[in-house]
Amino acid sequence: MLRQIKEAFRNPKFLVGFILFVLLLLMAIFYPMISMYEPLTYYATSFEKPGTYVNILDIANSEGVKLNVDTAAGRLDSVLTDDQKETMKDWLVRFGGVEESAIDLEDSESFLKLWQDNYDSKNPQKGLRTADKKAVARLDKQLTTALNSDSIDIAGKNEEGELEVVKSIPGDHFINAGSVGNSYTFPLGTDNFGADVLTKLTSSIRVSLRIGLVAGLIGTAIGLTIGLLAGFLGGWVDNFLTFVTNIFTVIPSFVILVLISNAVSASARGATMVSVIIGLTSWPWTARSVRSQVLSLRGRDHVNLSKLSGHSMPRIILQDILPYVASYVVMAMILQISSGILAEAQLSMLGLGPNTSTTTTLGIMMNWAQQYSAMQSNSWWAFVPVVISITLITFSLNLMNTGLDQVFNPQLRD
Amino acid sequence: MAEMARELGKSVLKGENITKVFGYGKTRTEAVKKVNFDFHEGEVISIVGESGSGKTTIARMILGLITITEGTLLFNGQPRDISSGKKRKEYWKNIQAVFQDPFSSFNMFNKIDDLLLDCINMTGGKHKSDKEKFDMMTEACSFVNLKYAELTNKYPFELSGGQMQRLMIARIFLLKPKILIADEPTSMVDACSRATILDMLMKLRDEIGMTIIFITHDIGLAYYVSDSVYIMEHGAFVEAGPAEDVIIHPKADYTKRLISDVPKIYGEWDLSTVG
Repeated sequence: MLRQIKEAFRNPKFLVGFILFVLLLLMAIFYPMISMYEPLTYYATSFEKPGTYVNILDIANSEGVKLNVDTAAGRLDSVLTDDQKETMKDWLVRFGGVEESAIDLEDSESFLKLWQDNYDSKNPQKGLRTADKKAVARLDKQLTTALNSDSIDIAGKNEEGELEVVKSIPGDHFINAGSVGNSYTFPLGTDNFGADVLTKLTSSIRVSLRIGLVAGLIGTAIGLTIGLLAGFLGGWVDNFLTFVTNIFTVIPSFVILVLISNAVSASARGATMVSVIIGLTSWPWTARSVRSQVLSLRGRDHVNLSKLSGHSMPRIILQDILPYVASYVVMAMILQISSGILAEAQLSMLGLGPNTSTTTTLGIMMNWAQQYSAMQSNSWWAFVPVVISITLITFSLNLMNTGLDQVFNPQLRD
Repeated sequence: MAEMARELGKSVLKGENITKVFGYGKTRTEAVKKVNFDFHEGEVISIVGESGSGKTTIARMILGLITITEGTLLFNGQPRDISSGKKRKEYWKNIQAVFQDPFSSFNMFNKIDDLLLDCINMTGGKHKSDKEKFDMMTEACSFVNLKYAELTNKYPFELSGGQMQRLMIARIFLLKPKILIADEPTSMVDACSRATILDMLMKLRDEIGMTIIFITHDIGLAYYVSDSVYIMEHGAFVEAGPAEDVIIHPKADYTKRLISDVPKIYGEWDLSTVG
């Protein structure tokens, strides 16, 4: 056994899958500890882009800072194109009485000053068509608007319930996000409720992994027990158990899953309940394959020898059969964990997953993103990380499974 | 060279009309058809036949690993009763087996010590001290020319096929059953180990006076070791009797054919009877 474990870690596929899985697991365990956010608390009001988010009301309550930057010139650059600057220069030379050599288009500040000093819309502007005059006037107005550094008034209700100006913020003032009490840095933005996507994602990965693990353990335990008993005991026990297994195999397990989930009220459906439901419907294939393996082991001489040594039936099953199917069972369980995670995501997408007010899973996150049209509003951060996480988890588990397969069945090695 | 017919002890195992049927309907197969036999204390019996003739089925029925469809099996003059786990355990103290393939006879996950300790516990040595158990295991191993000190804490797959089969005999040495069924014990080991293993079994027979039932397809081996020979074809005995009579003066055609199929070192092979 130890030898096989060592060999498994020398298998590149298993190793990559294992490292990937452990990284995801570590992130799911430790990120919620260091994160300053709660997965189910709302910080913003809707989808907010990844980055820093400051609420407008918080701006009102914090001190503005006038940075020592040339704002006017900066704004001029951002508003005017080079063509427009040429038009303005042309106007100044022809009608404003400015020497051409005095104009420097690179020096936005002095250019702006020249314009403000010399432009006059009442200037007769001989030789200019009306349309051109109007174009220059529009340009001037555009500049005035852009350079307007009037204050922004923030209104609030007073004691009588009437709106009054609480504070006004000068237009050239900046807010330092770090000094605002309620500014948040969301590395992956916020979801439709305004909760931090990264915190929610890591918490979801943890819950989803737990659901997959519990479902996989339950499914494997049931399948293993039924397979061992049916295969080893044979006779009518085998007939009965195979009959039950076949019934569960022919009915699509997802339909049973939906029916059971529907029967359990939404408030009672916690993450554990959902994982139990998934586990109870996912055992038939394990049972079938364990049974067929035990059937071939049952007649082996080492089992006969164990019988002749007077060992009891449970002891023979545990010591002479189980170790021989253990490697297969481990592999089957890894696949069941992965399919359990996917089954939860499917159920949650249908709205039959765990109760959304108490817990969050990968499936629930996708469900909300879909319901609040994250796709249409280009809020990729609400669902792309979730999809990537699900893919990575199932990919790593399947990779581990393939690696183990190669260790246990050397013929499969390439 | 079979020993001269020895004085036969009392009957230990007697089968009357033993029949085994596998499957039902179209797949119904009669593997063993109404066979009768009588095995005596201290006797060495060979059941000879080709593959599929039902030798191993008889062995497994006698061992109680599969049920007998029809017929009665008398053990020590009484009908055998293995209906409960306790009775089975009691029965298996008296009857043991060595199987054909040493590589599949061992549980590869258990250490050799566990296998031998099981035997000591089964024969009521559970309360013996560790020292006594150690001495017993050492004795059993030296009986089959193995060193216990070299085997302890090892797994079966670390041994060669011949060593494994000798370990199986060490197990029988510890259990000291009344009857041993040896199901082709030498067909998977080399010729040298083969002679050693047969000698060990004979030595064991002489020491504890047990009955040995050889299941084999090798009529030469049967002649070499047994007192009585049963020739089996298609689930039934075609000829039975003392080894000298059956092999030197065969009556049934099938026996003659089996004998002529034995490769001879000198002279040409007579293949004319092979049909």
